[in-house]
Amino acid sequence: MKSIVKKHTLATRWFHWVNFPMLLIMIWSGMLIYWANDVYTVTVFGHTFVRFFPQWFYKFFNIPFRLAEGMAFHFLFMWFFTFNGVLYVIYTIASGEWRHLAPNKHSFKEAWFVLLHDLHIRKTKPVQQGKYNAAQRIAYTSIIVMGFGSALTGLAIYKPVQFNWLCALLGGYTMARIEHFALTIGYVLFFIIHIVQVILAGWNNFRAVISGFEVVDEPISSIIQPANENQQSI
Amino acid sequence: MKISNLFKKRKEALSTEQKIQRRTFVSFAVFTVLYGTGYAAWRWLYHAPEEAEGTTAGAKAPLRKVLNANEELFKKGFDENRLAKTYPKSMAAKKVRQNGDVGLESDFDATEWSLNVTRKENDVLKISLKEIMQLPKTEIIYDFKCIEGWDQISHWGGVRFSDFMAHYNLNQQASMKYVGLQTPDEEYYVGIDMASAMHPQTLLCYEMNERPLLPEHGYPLRLIIPVKYGIKNLKRIGSVFFSNERPPDYWAEQGYDYYSGL
Repeated sequence: MKSIVKKHTLATRWFHWVNFPMLLIMIWSGMLIYWANDVYTVTVFGHTFVRFFPQWFYKFFNIPFRLAEGMAFHFLFMWFFTFNGVLYVIYTIASGEWRHLAPNKHSFKEAWFVLLHDLHIRKTKPVQQGKYNAAQRIAYTSIIVMGFGSALTGLAIYKPVQFNWLCALLGGYTMARIEHFALTIGYVLFFIIHIVQVILAGWNNFRAVISGFEVVDEPISSIIQPANENQQSI
Repeated sequence: MKISNLFKKRKEALSTEQKIQRRTFVSFAVFTVLYGTGYAAWRWLYHAPEEAEGTTAGAKAPLRKVLNANEELFKKGFDENRLAKTYPKSMAAKKVRQNGDVGLESDFDATEWSLNVTRKENDVLKISLKEIMQLPKTEIIYDFKCIEGWDQISHWGGVRFSDFMAHYNLNQQASMKYVGLQTPDEEYYVGIDMASAMHPQTLLCYEMNERPLLPEHGYPLRLIIPVKYGIKNLKRIGSVFFSNERPPDYWAEQGYDYYSGL
């Protein structure tokens, strides 16, 4: 028998869906800024594996010669992005939701099993600790830490003299800019995996991030109640 | 299984199903409306008209307001005691990066040069390089930052702008809100808020790596202002004036932040 089970609170959904376009705009306007000094590559032993970014990429996204515009957008949306992130963290702590999210001592081992299972290497389905599995806990906690990292490295390169202590703490201006960029690449990688996982997890899971509820086939109450005819049909 | 049971079960399932459908529909409708509104707001901002041309130009009007609001906020927190990090001489670049020569392209005779400081209307003080070099010298080796995103540790020498102001008794002028600087050909010009100009690391600079400035770095005199991006570090200063209004600024007319403070 189907039943409706509450999964995500309204606040969680709100923060998630506000964050998505804010982050998207921050990444886009960040690229407009980065273009003006696009010197980063992944180079190992003299061989360049990745160049950020090739010309076709800039052309495709209409990036070139928009530095001033990029800065103007970036320095508006930084407020929304940061504000939403800070409120989310306060909410998560105050509501106790963090208990579903924070990794515990088993998470790292279990996340490994989740990974092996998702890659079809290991057959056994990993145990789920509540709302999120171990890999999700690590991913969703890391992304918050990354968000803090982006805000701090961003502030360090935005006001490197007024926040000279922060800039120094992050390894100096040059390093802080690299860190700020690397975190952004991190978001893109997160996003790709996130989308794949959401597609694989299916409609019921996706709907929950908008509607808040999930449909489960066996209500929790049935575990306590003695089995009757109705539940045998599952 | 009895027929009646089957019927009952189906009816129950149907009502849960209905509930699921209803709640899914409502939440997706609300979501669509909110995202639609958000998207409309974005379209509005993205296609917002450019600001009216004035001291600043070239930015979308709402975004210029935000740049100015950010300026007000960070100006409040501005602390002239916060210094740009300095480095040992060994770390200073030998080959100093040069970017842009607006204001340096006109014919220029350095022997004829003097710094023209407008104290007030029709009261221009002419100062030679020699006189400037007699003032106490300050050197700084710091990480120069270009608005494009690159930075380079470089070594500069000159007179502190605040020392210069004190020496020529420009105290009244120093109480004004802005300093304006221009190249002799008036092709390049910047406006600087007084607090940043009077910052202890701001120099009227005539030396780079302990030698006279190279022409492309602004010989005979340039501004070195570590609390601003490179765009404000005007090369080949021709004239200086003071104002309570924002002086014209080359890059602020092309969509960049007027303040550009670090």
